[in-house]
Amino acid sequence: MNPKSNFTRKTLPAIAMAGPVSLWMILFVALPMLYIIYISFMSRGVFGEVVYEFSLDSYKTLLDSTYFKVIIKSIRAAAISTILCLLIGYPFSYYIAKQPKEIASKLIMLIMIPFWTNSLMRLNSWLLLFQTSGPVNKFLQYIGFIESPLNLIYTDGLVMVGLITSMLPFAVLPMYSSIEKLSKSLLEASADLGASRITTFIKITLPLTFPGIISSIILVFIPSLGIYTVTDMLGGGKVLYIGNIIKNQFGAIRNWPLDAALSVLLIVITGLLIFIYTRFAKIEDMEVL
Amino acid sequence: MSNSKLRKKNNLSNLIGMIYSLAIYTVLYIPVLVMMIFSFNNQRYNYYWNGFTTQWYAKLFTNSTVIGSLWYSVIIAVLATLISVTIGTIGALGLRKYEFKGRKAINNMLYIPIIVPEIVMAVALLIVFMKVGFALGMGSILIGHCTFCIPYAVVTIKGRISGDDYSLEEASMDLGASRIQTFINVTLPSIFPGVMSAAFLSFTLSIDDVVMSNMLSGAKNSTLPVLILSMNKSGVTPDINALTTIMILIIVIAMILNNKINNALKKRRKVEGIL
Repeated sequence: MNPKSNFTRKTLPAIAMAGPVSLWMILFVALPMLYIIYISFMSRGVFGEVVYEFSLDSYKTLLDSTYFKVIIKSIRAAAISTILCLLIGYPFSYYIAKQPKEIASKLIMLIMIPFWTNSLMRLNSWLLLFQTSGPVNKFLQYIGFIESPLNLIYTDGLVMVGLITSMLPFAVLPMYSSIEKLSKSLLEASADLGASRITTFIKITLPLTFPGIISSIILVFIPSLGIYTVTDMLGGGKVLYIGNIIKNQFGAIRNWPLDAALSVLLIVITGLLIFIYTRFAKIEDMEVL
Repeated sequence: MSNSKLRKKNNLSNLIGMIYSLAIYTVLYIPVLVMMIFSFNNQRYNYYWNGFTTQWYAKLFTNSTVIGSLWYSVIIAVLATLISVTIGTIGALGLRKYEFKGRKAINNMLYIPIIVPEIVMAVALLIVFMKVGFALGMGSILIGHCTFCIPYAVVTIKGRISGDDYSLEEASMDLGASRIQTFINVTLPSIFPGVMSAAFLSFTLSIDDVVMSNMLSGAKNSTLPVLILSMNKSGVTPDINALTTIMILIIVIAMILNNKINNALKKRRKVEGIL
């Protein structure tokens, strides 16, 4: 076959089909990511413009107490919400995975349906419930548990409630699919050999579902770290995470290099977690939705 | 005897599991129910329950800000879905079928918008747009949405391509069908369920998106989620609750129809297979 027919037979369709997606990824993912890393090593001018000279100023600013505190607070909040999602989600996933297949897929569907409602409106519902004159305070007063209404909104606690309820499905889905794949005969063999339920769980179930647990950690921890909608809606501007700082830099302050440095910090943390993840499972196995 | 003891133990743990799951479902559904209930609240702002009314469902359609931002969101979501599903479908096929230099890099790049926090992607795009002087508005939001919808579309559709599709394609071309005829009559029907779920996913991701829309929108128009976010200081008004209630009903109905169509297609394929 001559090279020309090879071109029309293979190269041309390959360009036509894989071309658009490749071009999009290079233009709108790879280039912006590289540019933001580049900008993070620049500095901010007096009027908020970018001074194109190499500097580590923005990274030094991150170590300033104000920013450093927010970073630590965000990481801690993301870690707490991840741990709670795992602890709450694992038994839940286990229960669903043990149901007959037909029922299990319906139960999974039931988890997804609330998430088709606008996420901000779902967060707003927590405000409606817990606000000063809201049902929760009214009820507590009615039963005589409290005398005057408690201030429950715009607190770290409510932000945590918002985070966990927003993230739980992303913890449940990967754990569910790894528990579901678990072979029943292994568990039976373990029981036949005299292992108690707890021993079987620790020695068989937990290690075999570990990749699922790691996917859950990634799918909860990373988005929690960058989130600003939950803190905006339920923190009322009083609770700030990294995401809020990044967003606010585009207002009056306009400090692109600092913003870029914060973003690079998030990219580095994400990269580290993914690196750990790939040690345990193939990235293609990750159940995203 | 030990058998009946074991069954008892199993029954008990099953009961505990059921109660536990029920509690979690309750927590997941409470926000949706509260949202719906407060759409019937007879009060300008939702501070407490002040009696039943359906007035917000009527007043909603006279509020031009809300309806305007709803249309803005819907137009963006429809366009983002069309672009993402088109690029995603041919992209998924191309990336699976053809070997080329950099294919692995593109495949890995697809995971970046899925995994990296959305705010990072939004800031990166915003800085680039501002640098090259690209005006913020519908175009920039659309690019932002497609940037995370395309990877989801590719991943969803790729999962539906099976090995024997290639032999069917080859058979079709051997029988004299053109490449485009083969695509429409052979390839597309076999991956159709994947394309449908990619479209559904893209639409819901786009219409619910806050971060990209908020960072990349111009001064003039805002999408519905961005409008809701801006309302949170003064309190979200009950007409938004009414609108969201209508939207969730439409989405649930669409999802049920989508499942019905998929099942019917599966049945038809099975019948054709037997014949």
